[in-house]
Amino acid sequence: MRLSCPLCGERDRREFTYQGAAAMVDRPAPGATTEQWSDWLHLRDNPAGRTRDLWYHEAGCGAWLVVERDTVTHEIFGTALVGGDHAD
Amino acid sequence: MRIDGMGRVDRARVLGFTFDGRRYQGFAGDTLASALLGAGVRLMGRSFKYHRPRGPLTAGSAEPNALVTVGRGARAEPNTRATMQELYNGLASVSQNRWPSLALDLLSVNDLAAPFLGAGFYYKTFMWPKAFWEKVYEPVIRRAAGLGALSGQPNPDRYEKAFAFCDVLVIGAGPAGLMAALAAGQAGAQVILCDEDAAPGGRLLAEAEAVDGRPGADWTAAQWEALRAMENVRLMPRTTVTGAYDQGSYGAHERVAQHLADPGAAPVECFWRIAAQRAVLCSGALERPIAFRDNDRPGVMLAGALRGYAHRWGVAPGRRVAVFGNNDDAHRTARDLAAAGLEVVALVDSRHDAENRAGDVPFFPGHVVSRAHGRRGLSAIEIRGADGRRQRVAVEALGVSGGWNPALHLTCHLGARPVWSETLAAFLPRADAVPGLRPAGAVAGALSTTSCLRDGAEAGRAAAADLGFAAVLPAIPEAEDAPGRLRRLWAVPGRGRAWLDFQNDVTVKDVKQAAAENYASVEHMKRYTTQGMATDQGKSSNIGALAILADATGRDIPQTGTTTFRPPYSPVPIAAMGAGAQGQGFAPVRETTSHAQSVAMGAPMVEAGLWYRPSYFPRAGETTWRAACDREVAMVRGAVGICDVSTLGKIELVGPDVGAFLDVVYTNRFSTLKPGRVRYGLMLREDGHVMDDGTTARLEADRWVMTTTTAAAGQVMRHLDWVQQAWAPGMDLRFVSVTERWAQFAVAGPRSRELLNGLLDAPIDDAGFPFMACGPVSVGGVAGRLFRISFSGEHAYEIAVPARFGASLFEALVARAEALGGGAYGMEALNVLRIEKGHVTHAEIHGRVTAFDIGFQRMISPAKECIGKALAARPGLVEESRPQLVGLRPLDGQSPLPAGAHLFAAEGAVTPDTDLGYVTSTGYSPTLGLPLALGFLANGRARHGETVRLIDRLRGAEVACEVTDPVAVDPDGGRLRG
Amino acid sequence: MRFSGWRIVREGLTGNRGWRPHWRTPDPKPEYDIVIIGGGGHGLATAFYLAKEHGLLNVAVLEKGYLGGGNVGRNTTIVRANYNLPGNSEFYSHSLKLWEGMEQELNFNTMMSQRGVLNLFHSDGQRDYAARRGNSMRLQGDDAELLDREQVRAMVPYLDFDTARFPIYGGLFHARGGTARHDAVAWGYARGADARGVDLIQNCEVTGIDIAGGRVQGVQTTRGAIRARKVGIVVAGRSSQVAALAGMRLPIESHVLQAFVTEGLKPCIDHVVTFGMGHFYISQSDKGGLVFGGDLDFYASYAARGNLPMAEHVMEAAMTLMPMIGKARVLRSWGGIMDMSPDGSPIIDRTGIEGLYLNCGWCYGGFKAVPGSGFSFAHLIATDRPHAPAARFRLDRFATGRGLMDEEGTGAQHNLH
Repeated sequence: MRLSCPLCGERDRREFTYQGAAAMVDRPAPGATTEQWSDWLHLRDNPAGRTRDLWYHEAGCGAWLVVERDTVTHEIFGTALVGGDHAD
Repeated sequence: MRIDGMGRVDRARVLGFTFDGRRYQGFAGDTLASALLGAGVRLMGRSFKYHRPRGPLTAGSAEPNALVTVGRGARAEPNTRATMQELYNGLASVSQNRWPSLALDLLSVNDLAAPFLGAGFYYKTFMWPKAFWEKVYEPVIRRAAGLGALSGQPNPDRYEKAFAFCDVLVIGAGPAGLMAALAAGQAGAQVILCDEDAAPGGRLLAEAEAVDGRPGADWTAAQWEALRAMENVRLMPRTTVTGAYDQGSYGAHERVAQHLADPGAAPVECFWRIAAQRAVLCSGALERPIAFRDNDRPGVMLAGALRGYAHRWGVAPGRRVAVFGNNDDAHRTARDLAAAGLEVVALVDSRHDAENRAGDVPFFPGHVVSRAHGRRGLSAIEIRGADGRRQRVAVEALGVSGGWNPALHLTCHLGARPVWSETLAAFLPRADAVPGLRPAGAVAGALSTTSCLRDGAEAGRAAAADLGFAAVLPAIPEAEDAPGRLRRLWAVPGRGRAWLDFQNDVTVKDVKQAAAENYASVEHMKRYTTQGMATDQGKSSNIGALAILADATGRDIPQTGTTTFRPPYSPVPIAAMGAGAQGQGFAPVRETTSHAQSVAMGAPMVEAGLWYRPSYFPRAGETTWRAACDREVAMVRGAVGICDVSTLGKIELVGPDVGAFLDVVYTNRFSTLKPGRVRYGLMLREDGHVMDDGTTARLEADRWVMTTTTAAAGQVMRHLDWVQQAWAPGMDLRFVSVTERWAQFAVAGPRSRELLNGLLDAPIDDAGFPFMACGPVSVGGVAGRLFRISFSGEHAYEIAVPARFGASLFEALVARAEALGGGAYGMEALNVLRIEKGHVTHAEIHGRVTAFDIGFQRMISPAKECIGKALAARPGLVEESRPQLVGLRPLDGQSPLPAGAHLFAAEGAVTPDTDLGYVTSTGYSPTLGLPLALGFLANGRARHGETVRLIDRLRGAEVACEVTDPVAVDPDGGRLRG
Repeated sequence: MRFSGWRIVREGLTGNRGWRPHWRTPDPKPEYDIVIIGGGGHGLATAFYLAKEHGLLNVAVLEKGYLGGGNVGRNTTIVRANYNLPGNSEFYSHSLKLWEGMEQELNFNTMMSQRGVLNLFHSDGQRDYAARRGNSMRLQGDDAELLDREQVRAMVPYLDFDTARFPIYGGLFHARGGTARHDAVAWGYARGADARGVDLIQNCEVTGIDIAGGRVQGVQTTRGAIRARKVGIVVAGRSSQVAALAGMRLPIESHVLQAFVTEGLKPCIDHVVTFGMGHFYISQSDKGGLVFGGDLDFYASYAARGNLPMAEHVMEAAMTLMPMIGKARVLRSWGGIMDMSPDGSPIIDRTGIEGLYLNCGWCYGGFKAVPGSGFSFAHLIATDRPHAPAARFRLDRFATGRGLMDEEGTGAQHNLH
């Protein structure tokens, strides 16, 4: 398995650490209920197919990535930096 | 027997070898199987279940029968395919799965009991009496099962792993693969060409047909040289591509030195990870047998293998041969063996309308071979006509061909199912089965040499062109272009047992019985009968078994199911895929700058999060670790101790927003910390449990350094990167791990300042350097950092210098400490010191505890948000009934308190429901003169002063303990500030 | 047909013509009392115990592929009851007792082999935790023994005691643990359920769950609508998809776990040996193959296959732990799809929809749970009350924080358990 880091180019899967669904980026706002927090942390769409999830280029540049890929075929459609426009 | 004038072995180079202790001779270029056949040996193995005598079925890696153990002692390799093992001088081989000998195997009694040992018999018996399974049945079954034996000794050989990268990976160096590599190589692409065989050419080595007017082997040699001359082409013979993985990753297994008597400095095998932009799969096709009664006799082999043994190695299993097939290709075997001077006594073709393409040989169209005779070696076959008339013909060898199956295994590795072709009566790979991989040649259904050459060339060209190389189609040499005519026949009807899976002894009857018992799904049938589960993974038998099942269940093959294959294509030694890990190589070893000195001082080094740290520093007269530990604790409490704490994670943060950032990741506030000050912080995970703790120092207004625990350093760094990039991208800060850059030592004890003031270029005092202060210092002209922090509870410092000065600083510190009545201390003393102080480590913050549990709930600042705060407030995480951190001490003042023991009320039943908690850390406190422990106790903070029972059933301990505050020494912290 | 040695002899002497289907191939009826979605080990065991323990016979099991085609057929066959935390401890203890009587209960030889499970430890801290766990096991009434290094050496002398990167300090030995023939477990429960009248319907995929007024009404399938008073979802590897048919989002992320088997070898490993530092576990099948596995590939996946990095890591763990197996050759690798839950422990509970029950989240411990899970799920469906040993497997524990069972202590990240 190989992933393309937007900063470093195509690298072996061994360089990356996996986190989970990209929905984790959308942290509940302060004041959210415990139930909202719990759902955010625990519940997952968990699609069999196209998904967006989080990978960390741990043995590389240290960038957190959102990877769009297919959980059935393992095809990768694209990668982007977490934080998007803010990341420089 | 050897055939005069045939074969490409070097008859001038004679090689001696042994099989089951007997000496034989073969030639350079032989495999073990060809050399044994050349020496007149047909019997090479025994089957798994019935221990039937067996000879080779194939001439390649799909071999189910001729498995032997090669090599001696720890180097012995069980289950080696004799058909793949290249001969070398002195090769020692022995047969397997027989006792006392290959010719006389007592377990062949199983064959007589076969009516009772059919498909799945073991699921229906051996259930009574109940206790007999482990005691009687299973041991007997285990001993009878298995094939070869491991030596039981540690692997003595060198193995390697390597990465390779290419534009185009060509898998297989037969006619299609050679052309694909030429086309892509000539276009300028970086090409890797792998072939499992020692010599390139594939079927071209096994056929009489010419290519470009030359023998196929000669044409192959010329192309191989042309490829070798290209700098952009890498040739990898003896290399099996074993698996296809995601994004163009492939695994490949190279037998580097398995063909040598002495590998010397070379690894015996290498496992490759190949990253390829494109791949061309030219794996060819594998011939399949036809099942008939006793079709497993030694001397019965696949027709293409029989032909290949003659052409490539100049050997045959006997002089009188017959051929049985359902297709034109089988006729070539009869033709070629007759031309070689063997006595071809029958060419049997199940097609009544077949034309004889073998020339002047006895031809039996519309006939079948219905039985083989000869227990330890084929002696005769029974030929049956359409009218049922039988005749018995004496033969020593029989070539059988039921057609060819594309070797499409790799195309199944990503989950794609192959497609049944009615015209070819075979499964074909899907073109898009593996992204970037194109099957070409026989694997794609192109069965003539010409179509293989053309298809391979086009696939190689297309692969290069895809990648932007200007590729042209090479000239296609002239070769045979016969249509592969075939009429399907899977099994010859009749009495007796007809074998499908040779090694696992699965017969046509077994598959039919599985169907009768409603194991009608192909997966059920396979698992129930063990069809296809042997070392050859059903390469020659899966399709036949599927066809029999389809027939038995009244379905056609596509309705019945497909067959699939999983990696590896052929078996790979664990030592190859796990190369480098044996002994110390499994994980990195991290050493601090004081490592060599600690070892020189006699300290046993123990592992801690990949680091090695000194356990204790023994001195003369100390006979136990406890004596050293007690002395080191006393040193710290009474004078001064030195401990290397460089393994703690260190993260340097710079920028105006560091304080605000730390407010997010720590539960407590850091933005208010003044420069020159240090603060202890607690980090939570999002789920409200403790992730880590440590101190963070504000060195200057915009420069901070955070310490983490040794174990959590990586996790914390990952977390900080996450928080910054995901949620705080607007904050102005940068950070980097500096763990290895600084050597850091604790200087702990009442004489610590005295020690430092003898060492630092400028002295410090309490006013300038109070508790929790930090600042720059100079040590012998070296710029360092000093922190007045304490894990031991004493007046203590940590001093950090760039790593290159670590060893000399440690030496100086220890020497000065010893002069002041102290010295170095290790992990054991460190642990006792912190237990005395009630400080937690990952023994306590083990991932299931909250700030509430360790009594730090007030460290969660109510005035700000932080990671984990919301979910730490879940009701179940703040209930008083939760186990809470407590101190424990034995009422008798002396009984040890084993960690891992559970806690119960002073009286009452001991059950899971009365379990109140457990002990996490334990030690003997020389300061207090009694054992101490830390643990978690339900509602523990309210139980200080109560008595609980500590029970450890594993080690037979039961101790009455007093529950205390976790802090046992200097609860007011006066010593810290003193 | 009752199976026995005598039956085999009789059939063998009469040409093996008397064997009958182990289960029928019925067409679905329009209505059942109870529909179990999922014909894997857990679903088949649930149906069996509904019939046997509760006398509920009007039951169908709907399987989209073939019986036992999920994780019960693709695991490393390990059976054990060696958990530390309340909830898991009593559940697996109960499950192991069912394993011990399984062959007699099913009249099918599932080859439960109590050869012992040895968990190695490699530091003082790990020993302390092993002791804590062992004490939990003993407290539960199960067996556990803390072995020192020399006792481990006497039991498994082929480990590398001298040069391994992580020195062996000792082991926690669980003598009643072992292995079983995985496929046979599914077949045995299938045969037992079928014999009691349960309809096992293969190639029948559930495409919808009918709900009206907060109550389940039945299911839509590729073979038509089926009405049911109660529906149980027990579809590891597809839990999120099937629950979504009822409008539920689950605390589940699906991950692939690889496993491996070598070519057949003469007996050389007599126990189940586990190596926590490398997340490696191994045993030898009765047929002779070394069966072993490691950790998840760590990325969400529904592909029943993995990639090389974890495969190699597993082989590396094997080499540092037991270098004598270097010359054993890996024959086949496969992958199973794990329902990873936020605390690494399962869920057996009611849902917000009346008559709809959920059994999921077994992570990679599902095989040993088969009998216990079936027993407890059947109890819940039949009585609408949780079965005591599984009472802590609640769906709401993540929201309340009560009774989390995070054995690994890695927190609410699904792939870290």
